[in-house]
Amino acid sequence: MVPPTVAGEVVEVSKDGSYTIYHPIVKIREKSGNVKELTLVQEWPIRKPRPFNKRLGIEKPLITGQRVIDTLFPIAKGGAAAIPGGFGTGKTMTQHQLAKWSDADIIVYIGCGERGNEMTEVLEDFPKLIDPKSGRPLMERTVLIANTSNMPVAAREASIYTGITLAEYYRDMGYHVAIMADSTSRWAEALREISGRLEEMPAEEGFPAYLPSRLSEFYERAGYVESLSGREGSITIIGAVSPQGGDFSEPVTQNTKRFIRCFWALDRQLAYSRHYPAIHWLTSYSEYMDLLADWFKENVDERFLLLRTEIVRLLQEESKLMEIVKLIGGDVLPDEQKLILEIARVIRLGFLQQNAYHESDTYVPLVKQFKMMETIIYLYNTSRKLIEKGIPMSVLREKEIFEEVIKMKYTIGNDEMEKFEEIRGRIDSFYKELYNEYK
Amino acid sequence: MKLEYIGLKEISGPLIVVEGIQGASYEEMVEITVGPSEKRLGRIVEIHGDIAVVQVFEGTSNISLTNTKIQLMGHPLEIPLSYEILGRVFDGVGRPIDGLGEIYPEVRRDVNGKPINPVSREYPRNYIQTGISSIDGLTTLIRGQKLPIFSANGLPHDTLAVQIVRQAKLAGEEDAEFAVVFVAMGVKHDVADYFKKSFEDSGVMQKVVMFLNLANDPVVERIIAPRCALTVAEYLAFEHNMHVLVILTDITSYCEALREISSSKGEIPSRKGFPGYLYSDLASLYERAGMIKGKKGSITQIPILTMPNDDITHPIPDLTGYITEGQIVLDRSLHQKGIYPPVNVLPSLSRLMKDGIGEGFTREDHPAVANQLFASYAHVQEVRALASVIGEDELSELDKKYIEFGKAFEEEFVSQSREEERSMENTLDLGWRLLGILPKEELDRVDVKILDKYYRPYSNKVRGEF
Repeated sequence: MVPPTVAGEVVEVSKDGSYTIYHPIVKIREKSGNVKELTLVQEWPIRKPRPFNKRLGIEKPLITGQRVIDTLFPIAKGGAAAIPGGFGTGKTMTQHQLAKWSDADIIVYIGCGERGNEMTEVLEDFPKLIDPKSGRPLMERTVLIANTSNMPVAAREASIYTGITLAEYYRDMGYHVAIMADSTSRWAEALREISGRLEEMPAEEGFPAYLPSRLSEFYERAGYVESLSGREGSITIIGAVSPQGGDFSEPVTQNTKRFIRCFWALDRQLAYSRHYPAIHWLTSYSEYMDLLADWFKENVDERFLLLRTEIVRLLQEESKLMEIVKLIGGDVLPDEQKLILEIARVIRLGFLQQNAYHESDTYVPLVKQFKMMETIIYLYNTSRKLIEKGIPMSVLREKEIFEEVIKMKYTIGNDEMEKFEEIRGRIDSFYKELYNEYK
Repeated sequence: MKLEYIGLKEISGPLIVVEGIQGASYEEMVEITVGPSEKRLGRIVEIHGDIAVVQVFEGTSNISLTNTKIQLMGHPLEIPLSYEILGRVFDGVGRPIDGLGEIYPEVRRDVNGKPINPVSREYPRNYIQTGISSIDGLTTLIRGQKLPIFSANGLPHDTLAVQIVRQAKLAGEEDAEFAVVFVAMGVKHDVADYFKKSFEDSGVMQKVVMFLNLANDPVVERIIAPRCALTVAEYLAFEHNMHVLVILTDITSYCEALREISSSKGEIPSRKGFPGYLYSDLASLYERAGMIKGKKGSITQIPILTMPNDDITHPIPDLTGYITEGQIVLDRSLHQKGIYPPVNVLPSLSRLMKDGIGEGFTREDHPAVANQLFASYAHVQEVRALASVIGEDELSELDKKYIEFGKAFEEEFVSQSREEERSMENTLDLGWRLLGILPKEELDRVDVKILDKYYRPYSNKVRGEF
């Protein structure tokens, strides 16, 4: 690839063969008449964004195989997302899952002020894992930048820029790059530490006043672009945020929220009950859903969005009902509402919860995600019909169909879509059985 | 020829300011002569042109602007090391205080250490059996891990730490050599004595190196004590192939010492007056745990910190939790119920356990049973909240089962005596037995195959076995 600063006429090219990276490969005569030698290495100042032709619209999702992300809060190729969460809520775990399974061509993983053993884990695991797309070890598409928490602070401040510049370099070659920054809070703290030593006037919580502008400079380097060579490439930024005390009102989380459009809030209560990924469905959001709607309609199913909306509605309904349950207990609710609670449980356990250590559940293709939603909603509609017939919820609950639907994530393999028909069949017979009993 | 500087420009708390100094370097040690003959040690913490700020280890009382002479020693703080260091007791800056004389060093090492490159680290995978169910079963300690105990004043964290030291076993490698490095930072005299006595009683004293900086010892030495200790640990682990368990107590005092010095240096404070670099500073201690490729030894850290006002969001536990690989949280209400160890399992976590348990390490069902116990116990909390509003009698049959499970879990699984040592098998079987209280379809975190193999409905008959 020719560096963006060089333009002109090629006057000499080396013959095919092996060369070292510093060996001049091409000679170019620039307009001014100077002849420039190009090697296989490029150098670029890390704080300056690399130029491109133009930004393109955001249309395609970055598919991660994580149900709560792909279905409820999708991220677009070229977008920016933040994962905030207190310690122990699974930020790094989520980042690792994304680095493993997202359908980007190149992954740049910045370990910024985090644990040394986590970097070692990536170094040991990734060479063993196979990229489903290329069939090669995952390590071959991954660049790691390690600045563990006991390494120098000045290097920590620079590590974020090193990562994004590497990502831009691959983007310019026409690759889709996903960059994970774990964690941007450590980077912000490095800024604060340096600023404190320079005796600059502090703003909020001791952070320098230029924190928001630095954050925006970083997140704005994401995008779906046409590069100078005319190829399409993208950079997706996923930044972890480690708010102090898990309190999202602190400056780094608040300022980050202004520059990202996808917010996966990790919840301590969920993590305590080992609901992973602990992305909370009520506080998280994705502004990319509308932009990606057409893509989902075309590539997955017409009804994808409809079902998604229904799932979100049921979860919201549940949280409202839970307020009542907390006050007076669940038994006094009418049966329709009990059903909503039951279905929401199925959604939480069977759909939102995902086991990163399970062979097939660690990555779930979109088709299966859709079929799972479809099955859950089908179960809901069928049960509602039974409730309308006056059959009490307690009778419905005795049937094992709810548990069976919860377990479908394990019982149905990623390439056994026909098995969903069987479950559907069992839902039908569950309906018939009860219908006949209460006729 | 060594230059001697006479007189000071300023004294402020534990710091003195010297003017006209030449060729001083950052972190260099200085020797301070007070009056006719008293010697003290100090460390350069700031340099502006020819002005150097020196931290005095023994404190600045009796120092005046005129009666003081200063000499640069030309090297950062180093500690003498040899294998004979085992069984000895030192003060915060590594001077022997047990009356057994100086150490004849094999080597001298800079106490600040060097960060380990992640590429040359070895990922920790072997678990340490502590014989304590709540730790072994749910927050397994892994060799090379840093797993702090989040405690509070009045809770039995010291007893727990001692029990861990006494019972810690490396699975499958009973003959490996181990050592304990114990650092007291700003703890009371009796606490240090308690540890010492417990080590003696269990016969491990010959394998223990102690660094004592008690509550009334100079604050500046408190900053150095853990660094000296970790340097010793690194030496024993990576040159003598020992498995070293480092106990650091109390991190809260350490952080407060750091704050005191930071504020006398006039630095800009961040949260609760703590310096902005508290995270980096703590990381420079905690990250010294681990294993290195090609070396047999390991460093496992158990820092103990007391949460001020039982507040887990206070900067000290908060920043610690971001660096360490999990935490064991002790809970006051469990302690008041008479449960020992009062480990609140829900916020407790071991980040490395996922790769050190299960088939080939402990038992195939370990991840599943741990996960299920967490999930079920979390649900118990919801049911209890409900019961506190509508009363226990109004609960559904299922919810009553959960209440029963929660009680049994706390009293039988978490609780055990101070001498009791449970094997991993026992802990896991106990977990399954308690899960048997709940109906099978409630156990949604377990793979069907494992569930069928291990699940048995609860019966009182087998109770006596444990």
